[in-house]
Amino acid sequence: MKWLIKGGRFIDPRHQVDDLMDIYVYQGKILDIQPVPAKRSAKNLSDFRVIPAEGLVVTPGLIDIHTHLREPGFEYKETILTGTQAAVAGGLTAVACMANTQPVNDNQSVTEYILKKAKEARMARVFPIGAISPGLKGEGLAEIGELKAAGVVALSDDGHPVTNSQLMRRAMEYARGFDLPIISHCEDLSLSRTGVMNEGAVSAWLGLYGIPSAAEEIMVYRDIQLCQLTQAPLHIAHVSTAGSVQLIREAKKKGLPVTAETAPHYFSLTEEAVIGFDTQAKMNPPLRTKDDSLAIQKGLKDGTIEVIASDHAPHNSLEKEVEFEQAAMGIIGLETILPLTLGLVHRGILTLPQAIAKLTEGPARVLKLSNYGHLPKGSSANLTIMDPDLEFQVDIHSFRSKSRNSPFHGWKLKGKALLTMVEGRVVFNQLTSFSE
Amino acid sequence: MNFNRHHLLGMKGLTKEEIETILSTAESLKEISFRDIKKVPTLRGKTVVNFFHEPSTRTRTSFEIAAKRLSADTVSLSAGTSSLVKGETLIDTAKNLEAMNPDIIVMRHSMAGAPHLLSRMIKPSILNAGDGMHEHPTQALLDMMTIREKKRTIEGLRVSIIGDIAHSRVARSNIIGLKTMGATVTVSGPPTMIPPFIETMGVEVTSRLQEAIVGADVIMMLRVQLERQKQMLFPSLREYSRFFGLNLDLMKKARRDVIIMHPGPINRGVEMQSEVADGPYSVILDQVTNGVAVRMALLYLLLGGKKSEVAD
Repeated sequence: MKWLIKGGRFIDPRHQVDDLMDIYVYQGKILDIQPVPAKRSAKNLSDFRVIPAEGLVVTPGLIDIHTHLREPGFEYKETILTGTQAAVAGGLTAVACMANTQPVNDNQSVTEYILKKAKEARMARVFPIGAISPGLKGEGLAEIGELKAAGVVALSDDGHPVTNSQLMRRAMEYARGFDLPIISHCEDLSLSRTGVMNEGAVSAWLGLYGIPSAAEEIMVYRDIQLCQLTQAPLHIAHVSTAGSVQLIREAKKKGLPVTAETAPHYFSLTEEAVIGFDTQAKMNPPLRTKDDSLAIQKGLKDGTIEVIASDHAPHNSLEKEVEFEQAAMGIIGLETILPLTLGLVHRGILTLPQAIAKLTEGPARVLKLSNYGHLPKGSSANLTIMDPDLEFQVDIHSFRSKSRNSPFHGWKLKGKALLTMVEGRVVFNQLTSFSE
Repeated sequence: MNFNRHHLLGMKGLTKEEIETILSTAESLKEISFRDIKKVPTLRGKTVVNFFHEPSTRTRTSFEIAAKRLSADTVSLSAGTSSLVKGETLIDTAKNLEAMNPDIIVMRHSMAGAPHLLSRMIKPSILNAGDGMHEHPTQALLDMMTIREKKRTIEGLRVSIIGDIAHSRVARSNIIGLKTMGATVTVSGPPTMIPPFIETMGVEVTSRLQEAIVGADVIMMLRVQLERQKQMLFPSLREYSRFFGLNLDLMKKARRDVIIMHPGPINRGVEMQSEVADGPYSVILDQVTNGVAVRMALLYLLLGGKKSEVAD
């Protein structure tokens, strides 16, 4: 199929492009990108199908660096098919999926299984993240070389932080040899263990055990020191506290290879969402205070945090419609990450290109995906067409995800993906002016 | 009458007028317990389910007696006998109870927010009889009734709550209720048992017991659980009782008209010496008596208090 994506505002942060462009797609690749008005003669265009993008924004395909697809093992929560359907509906053309499946993605067979399922789904591209330690047990190194050969793009024991500092050091050193970044879920389990929400005023009132900010910051500091020791690339997952932002900012000043992500809920919600014991506001790390949220917004603005990730964590209603203390941690996010990120633009915190960079250039750099997150000529045609000003109301019942655990149900948001293209295929289309 | 609620989930959100209505209703119903025939027909034909998902003797008995004195039919379910041990979810158990059309579910649960969850899912009134470390509104109300009885008013009193504040639903409900009624509240105990940010509830905090004792009109002692020692909250019961327990020496520094309260059960010799618990200033058993009256008042207000239903 030949496509002409016509007249959209094309934003490619990596190449500092922000202009009206016509984008030509041929055989799944970017054939050409031409400023508007078109220089090509109309004759040449006759066999291109036009996707009208006037008044819309076109970006390199969005990437989510932190997703839980739950397959294999927890198919009742999400499958690779439903998860990648949700991804493309949210404007994402690629997702990196965490290793905490059952069995754990700590060996090539699981990696191959995930890649095979993703290929069959023909939705978003899936980049598996391998486990640091077998079974996420934190007791030794997984076969990292083999995982790399099978196709993992990073390593993480997400959800089960590596407690043993020696193991973390060795993992960073060893992974460096295979050019794999380590993604660290920073949590001192001995401090957070009984906690179910942020330790603060709300936990004091509600009589719930709290997780202090220090539980995250102690491990952020440890991992930054290990990064200095090993000089291996370190990516800090789901930053939730002001203290973590400051530690990462200082590490970057020293020139350490540290990168960081946050998730939309950490700049869109605070611990007050837990009042009333709403289990949709239960996640790990927990929602923090207004000050933390403001520090995260500042960190996004000054570049301390270069990635926004969904931390999409599907859970069945069985696991959420229970007592707060028993409820599973986490929320889904693939279908709300873009509008919530664009919220930062509408609130004047980020420019539109800066916001897009957090979902394109940022994650592609962390995962060293040199052909993703930007759209040079000849690259695979992964792109997103969005209307950043379209207002809509979030309805969990319209989600493609198999799960419904979102605290944003009923929210009025502004900005939405309207068409998602993966390798030249239109995998999601809500453009009223275009039907296939 | 100033009470128009379907559920009572906590002290939070109750107005001063509502609290006064509950307390004065309890004061007028108290007399029934001292009659020869301790029963009035007020709640005849109403069904009260005592759904206790955590061990409790005192509170459950108190609720049962309260319901029976008002002629309601009562059924008790405890964690051991309910389907929860068979792996049924809380919501399923509650929906099954609801299908049998009770009028009110009195609920005790080991986890904060459990009654709030049920109140969103089922129709009968929910009366919180203690949820995790969150709230225990009937305890706070019976405490406030006892204070009012002994001190005539709550406004302007100095109340000190002493012990394991962090794990105490009794403390939280009392703080909220007493502040609403205009008391000054001080909390005291080892700093490990004072939750961070407790000052956002409007209380004074001191870890020196004597500061909390001197000048207090009311001293409320809380139970210390032995298992907290394993959680590294204090070194030993011996040390706890030495530095945070109430003894006769300390009582000498208290006001002469101070009253001593305890929600029970007491760990004699730990948070309080026996001589203090049994001393003249102790109102611990008055609290228990008033507990029945307060629970009668709440059952009445939540069920029978609506005029149209009382009329027959």
